[in-house]
Amino acid sequence: MTRTVKAIGAAAAMTLVAAGPAMAEGTLNIFNWGNYTNPDLIEKFEQAFDVEVTITDYDSNTTALTKIKAGGHGFDIVVPSASYIPIYVRDGLLMETRPDQMENFKHVDPRWIDVDWDPGRHYTVPWQWGTTGVAVNSAVYSGDPNTADIFLDPPEELVGKVNVVPEMSDVMSIAIMAEGGEACTTDKEILKRVRDKLVAAKPKWISMDYGATEKLAIGDWAASVNWNGSTFRARLENPDVVYGYPKTGYPVWMDSVAVLSDAQNPEMAKAFQNFVMDPENAALISSFARYANGIMGSEQYMPADMKDAPEIKVPEEFASVGVFVPECPPEAQKLRTAIWTELQK
Amino acid sequence: MAQPTDDARHGHAEREAARRRVRANWLLSAPALAMLAFAASGPLLIMLVYSFLTPGDYGGIVWKFSGEGWFQVLFSRDIFDETVGLADAHLTIFWRSLELSILTTLLALVLGFPTAYFIATRPREQRALWLFLVTIPFWTNLLIRTFAIMELIRNEGVINSILLWLGVIDAPLQMMFTEGATLVGMAYVYLPLMVLPLYAAMDRLDFRLVEAGYDLYATRLQVLRKVILPLVKPGVIAGSILVFIPSLGAYVTPRLLGGGRNMMMGNFIELQFGQGRNWPLGAALSITLLLVVMLALVVYVKNANKGGAGHG
Repeated sequence: MTRTVKAIGAAAAMTLVAAGPAMAEGTLNIFNWGNYTNPDLIEKFEQAFDVEVTITDYDSNTTALTKIKAGGHGFDIVVPSASYIPIYVRDGLLMETRPDQMENFKHVDPRWIDVDWDPGRHYTVPWQWGTTGVAVNSAVYSGDPNTADIFLDPPEELVGKVNVVPEMSDVMSIAIMAEGGEACTTDKEILKRVRDKLVAAKPKWISMDYGATEKLAIGDWAASVNWNGSTFRARLENPDVVYGYPKTGYPVWMDSVAVLSDAQNPEMAKAFQNFVMDPENAALISSFARYANGIMGSEQYMPADMKDAPEIKVPEEFASVGVFVPECPPEAQKLRTAIWTELQK
Repeated sequence: MAQPTDDARHGHAEREAARRRVRANWLLSAPALAMLAFAASGPLLIMLVYSFLTPGDYGGIVWKFSGEGWFQVLFSRDIFDETVGLADAHLTIFWRSLELSILTTLLALVLGFPTAYFIATRPREQRALWLFLVTIPFWTNLLIRTFAIMELIRNEGVINSILLWLGVIDAPLQMMFTEGATLVGMAYVYLPLMVLPLYAAMDRLDFRLVEAGYDLYATRLQVLRKVILPLVKPGVIAGSILVFIPSLGAYVTPRLLGGGRNMMMGNFIELQFGQGRNWPLGAALSITLLLVVMLALVVYVKNANKGGAGHG
């Protein structure tokens, strides 16, 4: 009912201001990854601040960056991955909103404050973070899942049943670290071993595809390179699915909320940054996409099944081998793309 | 001859009318031409320009001339010993796409020809219904149809479940993520594009000629080869072209049904604009694909016409 009234009001307002600028004062336009934003969170924000929120999806950091660079997008907020934030800052695309001086900043886990990509958090606030590892159906293979060999040298039981998500950065990083290199290495000795290993492993894979949550749960795949939150959701459907942390190293990533320098409604955007640092609101984010959020005290508001989930809580022994992989410099990227192309030819 | 003759006057008026007709035709096509210039040529020009620029460090382009994009289409420097060689990865990917497109076209033709013949030989009032049935799949989004096919062929899917239940097999057949799955999926998706032009050609086919063929003691195969095929050839050509071109750039179907382990041209181009961050190469590859398609079409149509004239 109120929504109808609001809609009619909005329509009337639109008609009145039709000649003027199209942006009404009370809108906030968010540009975020698809299937990543809890509608309940948005509704709560709309009601608290009496504002209309729109959400537009993107499916990769490159897509988002390209669109924003092109200009004329009308977005206030974007949620890039850590590796992309320095690029946004370098190109002057973000507003220095000083989240570190906001009211709710006290809730941010100290671990996520002095981060490489935004030291002291002058631009961004944590949204969600996670890891890329391997998911294994333990009914098919009951050995130790905590190894990159699940896809680099699959055990007998998994041959012809392993998927590798076609996410170049994650796959290459795990494979390079398994050979003892740094994720963005340009060391050709290491890269050659990586290439040979990947090319030799490929015939043992069933596919290189997305959609692991469903395909692991149903049993199309018995194992896959996969993200932790997705594996968690697969396990809720199929209890045999377990998540492994490659002990030679695995990527850790975080997506953060930033305000664009050409935001139409910067005040509201800042209010949103402050809003998502509130533990109760951060819990809403996590309960939807099933990743951890970096806000202290949010656990108590999360669904019971998340609290001790092994996919979310990184076991002590593997915590130190998680690596934040930066966006590799052009030289390293060229080598990675060449190997990746060779792999899929 | 101070005065023009009647004939000349008449000719003059006719020329004038013709000129007016031409002008009117141009005016009438102006909106379509403007649309084409804007929506088809514009982006192509941008691609052409981009293919000669330098890739930006994090995607995009830098406004500095470079032939590297085009060089990389055919040649590659070995990343380990820096020797320059033919880019066999690119050629392999291109050949795979080409092969798949040809097979898709052939399969669609084999399936579409009898379908079109069947429809064309129904009583006239029934044909609209049959054609309507052929177009039904177009109502649904391609992605949704592809996901539906996956539901059929996956290991726990409908087909495997039925076969297991009947006891025909005792372990699920691996159909998903195979090249066969991609081929069948593609043929399914593009089949209507083959059936419709074939039907259009068969609709005009004079079936008395077919009867005449039989009366002259031609076998069924001879009638098909010597009577029907030459007459519906324009339909075969049109259908093949309509299926072949989109197949070459197909992206969704190979990725979902084939499992994406082996790249197709479409996926490869996407890689350059996305994770590969090499837009000039992506642009050059797109234009190469376009040129190859155009070349293939010209050769095909020319040959087909020659063949047609021989029969005429």
